[in-house]
Amino acid sequence: MEFLRPSTLVEALEARSAHPDGVPIMGGTDVMVALNFDKSRPPALIDLTRVPELTEWGTDSDHTRLGAGVPYTKVIEHLSGAAPALAKASRSVASPQIRNRGTVGGNLGGASPAGESHPPLLATDAEIEVASVRGTRRVKARDFYLSLRKTALAEDELITAILLPRATGPQQFAKIGTRNAMVIAVTSFSLALDTDNRKVGTGVGSAGPTPLRAETAEEFLEAEFDWEDGRPLAESVVRRFGDLVAAAARPIDDQRGSADYRKHALSVMARRALSWSVTDYRKESSRCA
Amino acid sequence: MRVNFKVNGEDVTADNVWPGESLLYVLRERLGLPGSKNACEQGECGSCTVYFDGVTACSCMIAAGQAEGREVGTVEGLAKEPGKGGDRTLGDVQEAFVAAGAVQCGFCTPGLLVQTDDLLERTVGAGKDAPADAEIREALAGNLCRCTGYEKIIDAVHLAAERRAEAGSAS
Repeated sequence: MEFLRPSTLVEALEARSAHPDGVPIMGGTDVMVALNFDKSRPPALIDLTRVPELTEWGTDSDHTRLGAGVPYTKVIEHLSGAAPALAKASRSVASPQIRNRGTVGGNLGGASPAGESHPPLLATDAEIEVASVRGTRRVKARDFYLSLRKTALAEDELITAILLPRATGPQQFAKIGTRNAMVIAVTSFSLALDTDNRKVGTGVGSAGPTPLRAETAEEFLEAEFDWEDGRPLAESVVRRFGDLVAAAARPIDDQRGSADYRKHALSVMARRALSWSVTDYRKESSRCA
Repeated sequence: MRVNFKVNGEDVTADNVWPGESLLYVLRERLGLPGSKNACEQGECGSCTVYFDGVTACSCMIAAGQAEGREVGTVEGLAKEPGKGGDRTLGDVQEAFVAAGAVQCGFCTPGLLVQTDDLLERTVGAGKDAPADAEIREALAGNLCRCTGYEKIIDAVHLAAERRAEAGSAS
């Protein structure tokens, strides 16, 4: 096994191109588990922790650009305002030790349907920046997850950054597990209201072969939501939204929960996230008035 | 391959390192520092917690090569004369764990000590209030103990915080 230590993005992309069977490693919280348990013996490890471009973040008028190698702890400390849903999801990842190492880029590379980053990235219509020696391109999160643990990333590409649109309304994240810490989601849900464009975004985790959206639920809420004043929604509307989110899920029965339980939990989380969002929306609009 | 880094302030070199092995393995098996414990090897238990460039991490999930040029702090470094053997005196967190009876089988203790030391550095050590129960539980959420039920551990963290705050205001 080779251990490659690129110190610039250009070197990293060259290493990736030269070693398509190699495994990029950043925080190591997934890659090292596979190595420790003899599940993986890649011909090369490409250590990305020395590539400064990957660990930077910044916010301009339209976007927050989050380097793929920024650990969750930094997302929580610095991006709770600019990327509320992703910061909330980051707070629910594993333990402090894991949050100090694990990254959104790694979550995307592994593409586990249970990864905490995915629902917020779907709900907020984030874009993933990927690069190779051939050049750089952007893929919408909504087009990134193809099938179980398969993504739009080509074998010579690295995930370099996540582009998060400026938050223009309430963003929520909710997760069900057996305890608060150190838990893989039984299922998770994210909701983002884009006030400027009057769009609703959703993201569902751990309830299908890939992270997914509840598009019918989004369209329903876009039509029903009071974008002017954020008046409380009728109970029937809130319930219908929950049902539509649950209906979009394609869960399986496994050791963490049954398909039926996951659908039920999603309908409850969707209703709660919507109620929290209406409350936030009213607070925000009363501040503006 | 060869890996050079700092452990508890001293330069160390590990030779014949297999590129896929963990920092934990290097510490225990190549550098003779068995304080960090090997239990789950998947980041669930926190027994291998070390400082890595100033933040705590599970050393089982750091590839050995990632440590090149980095600074590692282990439980051995919490005692006042680290790395010399013989009559080392315990650090404040270690003393508090003994005083509070927060140790039973002791296997999880090194990880808890490092994680507690970090919590105190970020709170009383940084001039902030001593951590309350909820903050302690959150900080230690990634450290599993199967003996104590955690109550004595929480007591020990409160005691250590109190002592560190006193030592800080005295100096």
